Amino acid sequence: MNDEVVGGSDKPRAIVVGHGEFAGGLVSAVGQICGLADKLVVLSMMGMTPEDIEGALREQIALTGARVIFTDLPAGSATLAARRIVRDDPGVVLVSGVNLATLLDFVFNTSVPPTEAARAAAERGKASLIVVGR
Amino acid sequence: MGIHLYRIDDRLVHGQVVVGWGQPLNARFLVLVDDLVASSDWEKELYRMAIPPEMEIYFADVGGAIRDHARYAADPRPGLLITGDIASMSRLVKGVKAIGSVNLGGIHHRAGRAEKLRYIFLTPGEEGQLHDLEAAGVEVTAQDVPSARAVPLAEVLEGKSQ
Repeated sequence: MNDEVVGGSDKPRAIVVGHGEFAGGLVSAVGQICGLADKLVVLSMMGMTPEDIEGALREQIALTGARVIFTDLPAGSATLAARRIVRDDPGVVLVSGVNLATLLDFVFNTSVPPTEAARAAAERGKASLIVVGR
Repeated sequence: MGIHLYRIDDRLVHGQVVVGWGQPLNARFLVLVDDLVASSDWEKELYRMAIPPEMEIYFADVGGAIRDHARYAADPRPGLLITGDIASMSRLVKGVKAIGSVNLGGIHHRAGRAEKLRYIFLTPGEEGQLHDLEAAGVEVTAQDVPSARAVPLAEVLEGKSQ
């Protein structure tokens, strides 16, 4: 059985990267809620050039085998760096605008490959944005 | 209206530019001046997709930006102009003569550069280019985000404003 599909591997399934402490904060929240923070790699881009970010992402992909990258802002340097990686390797999936609901859905969805789980998680993340009140 | 901010930032389009400066300045267009990007359809598409829907992006090499600067300056909407390095901004300033101030927003570490601020690293040659800009009557300050203090060039070069 393919452990990438069933989630049996101990390897991280995705990289989370963003401004400031964004990635660390989100992954810490995932850990607090469900204890699955080890399924995600945290990458901070503080003080990094776009080339540094792209290099760090490529290094983590090679090291962990992760095929999914979550970033914060569509206009952010991390998103631009990730798009360069997706261009070179169409097997990698990028989700920008990640939120906590997205990551929680992703780490629990081990019945499909991570790239497919990422697409479903993005939909869950979109649906989690609600406005209450007038 | 026209261009409200002339910025040197090696990250070109990114969060600080589009959101950090773009929102408070109500920027509705961005001129990305970079010879490499202007010559690549893929690079242009990459940056175009990073721009929010309310903002328009123009791509130009330095020569094109000099030629079209009057049109950017006469635009009724507020805008931003970005170059990725000091040399491109210096060429632009020489060709336009109407640029009164330049913002240093991000020049990051590379071999041969020394740290001046957390987000500004310069080679001796780049320091000289910035001196030349000031000598040409351009106010040069470093300021990564609008809420930060604009650090004058002399203070930047001292490297004591961390």
